[in-house]
Amino acid sequence: MERAEIETIAHLARLELRESEIPAYLESLSRILELVGELNRADTSAVAPMAHPLPGLSQMLRADEVTERNDRERYQSNAPQVEAGLYLVPKVIE
Amino acid sequence: MAALIQKTLAELAAGLRGKQFSSVELARGLLERIEAAQPKLNALITVTRDAALAAAAAADRDIGAGRGGPLTGIPLIHKDIFCTEGVRTSCGSRMLDNFIAPYDATVVARLRSAGMVMLGKANMDEFAMGSSNETSFYGPVRNPWDARLVPGGSSGGSAAAVAARLAPVATATDTGGSIRQPAALCGVTGVKPTYGRVSRYGMIAFASSLDQGGIITASAEDAALVLRAMAGFDPRDSTSVDRPVPDYTAALGRSLAGLKVGLLEEFFDKGLDADNERQIRAALGVFAGLGASLREVSLPSIPLSVPAYYVVAPAECSSNLARYDGVRFGYRCREPRDLLDLYRRTRGEGFGAEVKRRIMTGTYVLSTGYYDAYYLKAQKVRRLIANDFERAFRDVDVIMGPTTPTPAFEIGAKTADPITMYLNDIYTIGANLAGLPALSIPCGFVGKLPVGLQIIGPHFAEERLLTAAHAFQRETDWHRRIPPGYE
Repeated sequence: MERAEIETIAHLARLELRESEIPAYLESLSRILELVGELNRADTSAVAPMAHPLPGLSQMLRADEVTERNDRERYQSNAPQVEAGLYLVPKVIE
Repeated sequence: MAALIQKTLAELAAGLRGKQFSSVELARGLLERIEAAQPKLNALITVTRDAALAAAAAADRDIGAGRGGPLTGIPLIHKDIFCTEGVRTSCGSRMLDNFIAPYDATVVARLRSAGMVMLGKANMDEFAMGSSNETSFYGPVRNPWDARLVPGGSSGGSAAAVAARLAPVATATDTGGSIRQPAALCGVTGVKPTYGRVSRYGMIAFASSLDQGGIITASAEDAALVLRAMAGFDPRDSTSVDRPVPDYTAALGRSLAGLKVGLLEEFFDKGLDADNERQIRAALGVFAGLGASLREVSLPSIPLSVPAYYVVAPAECSSNLARYDGVRFGYRCREPRDLLDLYRRTRGEGFGAEVKRRIMTGTYVLSTGYYDAYYLKAQKVRRLIANDFERAFRDVDVIMGPTTPTPAFEIGAKTADPITMYLNDIYTIGANLAGLPALSIPCGFVGKLPVGLQIIGPHFAEERLLTAAHAFQRETDWHRRIPPGYE
């Protein structure tokens, strides 16, 4: 792994890293990838990937009915900046 | 208080019903203990004193009117990962330092309606990512057995609080060992139920295919009582399982005669501390004495559980934590220049180093060109591990072994190298990957530090695990030991 890759990942993950943090992440991520590289020891040619820990369960569905009430104001009380029921962010379109 | 902190939940409930003491007295006494212990242990992030006393008074009225249940008036502490309406729910992170949960997690709502009294919110590793409670924004929790040592993590506050008898019950969560490992290092009982047994609604997500809520108590008997109240189907969690919840306490007295116990060969490896192993072997002897038959079992793929976990868990974490964007709730950076700057600085400043490391690891393994090599490969290995367990459970009823390789270690000893820290969970991660129930109970001491025995069962075998743990706890008194200074 190289420094440029760390910068790309940080950008994809929308994380600003301080210059001084980069060498440590470079080292620790390289070591983590080395650790997970051990997975190649396993022969998985005939194995289906497992996405859910319980066998034989399918996604549950419910009737298409309104079950929740509109609590917008209560939820927005946690927002950094709102106006007239809208979340405010820096201007996106000039 | 000295007499009250030694009582089981059933004894506390009987005392409340018999008016030997009130729930208000119990809550007040524990709040005093919390206040006294807080500078030493830092086990709680938030103490909800007034709400606790009001809830205790309401419980006393219910008991007086004959409306009380087996948990009415019993105090507890919730891990700060569970949303509690009107109370800050920080998840141990600066990102949620200002977040007042607008609703209760299902676990919180169920235990509240069972009459339990919340004293406060337990400290934890940030977003449950850690094995030592050192990644918390609110500072490390200290081990009540020795304040220079870690309590384990991520549910370190929950385990330390129960060990120091600040509350008889604390909720916790387990993604790779976060209930069992701190329970082992603090000398208490920790139960991670089957995936889907306990609702994840309102439990802040880390890795959704692994996360499971559970409980830390002094004994298996107490855990059985609380688990019954918190488990069960929840239409608000699409992964919760619609299956009746047994009365876990009813099975507690059963004999262990004929119980087939598998000793996991791969867990008695060179990484296991020799003193730890001696305590584990002695505990296995107690089970043999109770009529259980012991045999070795092998799970050939289990050594790959740590590598598989460190792909699957970070991948799911990077996706789950994408919601913290500084727009709808939580931390926002000052004076963002534009939207990208808002996202990047909010997340760069709001998350701690370990959380950022995992988000980046997850982003990498999910990125174009690496998905098959890492993520898909890890999911395949995950199935190999689950298959290993399934095969083993054709021959044995439960699997036993150590919960951790060593007893508690010093604060700061493993923070420099994340891999050393990750290897703490080498014995616990398998159960999460396979979705299996598992618990840890205290089974001896190395010097003055407790050692944990882990018991793993097939899906939905919580009853069997609790029965085995309870039978052991009737023969031994490790679970009744209280750290010096907290008697």
